[in-house]
Amino acid sequence: MKGFKVLNPGIHSLLQDMGRFGYHSLGITSGGAFDQYSFGWANQLCHNLDNAGCIEILVGGLILEAQVTTQIAITGADVPIKINDSTVESWCTHNIQAGDTIAFGYATAGCRAYLAVAGGIQAPLIFNSLSTVVRESLGGLTKLGTPLEKGDVLSCSSNSHCTERSVPAKYHCEFNTDTAEIRMVTGYQYEQFSQQQISQFFATDYVISSNSDRMGYRLEGPAIEVPSCEMLSEGISLGAVQLPANGMPIILLCDRQTIGGYPKLGSVFSQDIAKLAQMMPGKKLRFKPFSIEQAQRVLQESTSK
Amino acid sequence: MSIGYPKVVVASENSTIVYFSERPCRKTSDQIDYTANALKIRLGEELIDLIPSYHSLLVIYDPLKIGFQKIEQEIRDTIGRWKASNQPQQSRIVELPVYYSPESGPDLQRIADHSGLSIDQVIELHQQTEYTVYAMGFAPGFAYLGEVDERIAMPRLATPRHNVPQGAVAIADRQTAIYPSQSPGGWNLVGLCPLGLFNADKRPHSPMQVGDKLRFKSIDRDEFIQLGGSDKKLTGEIT
Repeated sequence: MKGFKVLNPGIHSLLQDMGRFGYHSLGITSGGAFDQYSFGWANQLCHNLDNAGCIEILVGGLILEAQVTTQIAITGADVPIKINDSTVESWCTHNIQAGDTIAFGYATAGCRAYLAVAGGIQAPLIFNSLSTVVRESLGGLTKLGTPLEKGDVLSCSSNSHCTERSVPAKYHCEFNTDTAEIRMVTGYQYEQFSQQQISQFFATDYVISSNSDRMGYRLEGPAIEVPSCEMLSEGISLGAVQLPANGMPIILLCDRQTIGGYPKLGSVFSQDIAKLAQMMPGKKLRFKPFSIEQAQRVLQESTSK
Repeated sequence: MSIGYPKVVVASENSTIVYFSERPCRKTSDQIDYTANALKIRLGEELIDLIPSYHSLLVIYDPLKIGFQKIEQEIRDTIGRWKASNQPQQSRIVELPVYYSPESGPDLQRIADHSGLSIDQVIELHQQTEYTVYAMGFAPGFAYLGEVDERIAMPRLATPRHNVPQGAVAIADRQTAIYPSQSPGGWNLVGLCPLGLFNADKRPHSPMQVGDKLRFKSIDRDEFIQLGGSDKKLTGEIT
């Protein structure tokens, strides 16, 4: 089948959808688009189903050649994009002709861009998802967890051109220039930490370590004394903030292991996981406590808009 | 039910963790299994996923369809029904062949030295125990089994191996497991299972699931090869 041919996969480009659910008890993680906000807009622009397959482009460098006539949309990080010789905008759709070349430069703000195609990118599903999880060797074009490679062809249907659409600027990602505020729903072993440990945690400006990826973000800052609670391994939710014995928090993300035995203070609010997805190592963040009532109210409000 | 249990604790904006007891035991495993199955039926589309583990169950739900107070009520009602039902769960017993030997289990000697037992005694203690599958995680199909006889309990390696072969049977403290795929790992290797333990394309994806009982059966080198084991794993050509 025809679609888009990968001329250059760039730094690390992955096929992703909303993720893999219903198989955590086998040890299979969720995977899925890291910045679900930008991913969601890319599919919406193309009038796709919410779960349609997209490309998650880390930093940039991806070059595609179109073999079909269709529409695409690009959202997420600020990345210079060229279609043939013209520079084009992101957060909007573009009509594409067979033979066109789409080339990404490198992100100037944020770090993950999403490319959706009208009708979605087709790939074999494994455990009901095409999401690529390199660590588990699952998903993607090969079903074996491989990132995009030169010569790959991403199957897409042909679609007639239509009026171009764009996302109003007020809904574009905002990229923090200073310390990002990350809301964390308090939970898990939170009550077992002392007042002093908790105050220190919320007062610290943490730096995202270079040893961070889709599995987890390691944070650097003054070590927190970890309560000596005996722990049995238990299920880990998306965004869980765990404190291993060295007292440096790790935020567990889309490709996390499904169970683990370190004490956890709670889990990052999903709207702020999208923010984390756009933060490179070296960026700073500070946690803010968020109650389950607040979190679920905000979720309800943002979908009823 | 032990005093203060079940504990139902918020884990994230869309998940709640239920602790059934202080320590894992047969009754706890039965309750977790019952609750997981009953919630699947009760909740339908409101439920996204479940992660059973030693003494807990993480319930992941759709917060746009059901709120955290309602989910807690559903969980408590479900567990309450288990008490009333009073039906002992029948666990499946799975038997897996293992070729135990120094060539397939390079840490047998270390465990023997540590425990003051012979290699044969270590193997005998490992294979005579009936284990419970407490959890699956770390990697797809990786089952945490407990509990190993305390005489052969062994701390993890100080420096994990870069490559543990697929099928390696291993011990860490009082846990034991089989590596379903080649991966790095710090557990002590005692033998090799010739069978595939995770297949994404075939059902069942894994020969065992959480709540099952498991026994290992000692086989010799010839049987290992006959059952599909690769002798390359024995000569170190596949690490």
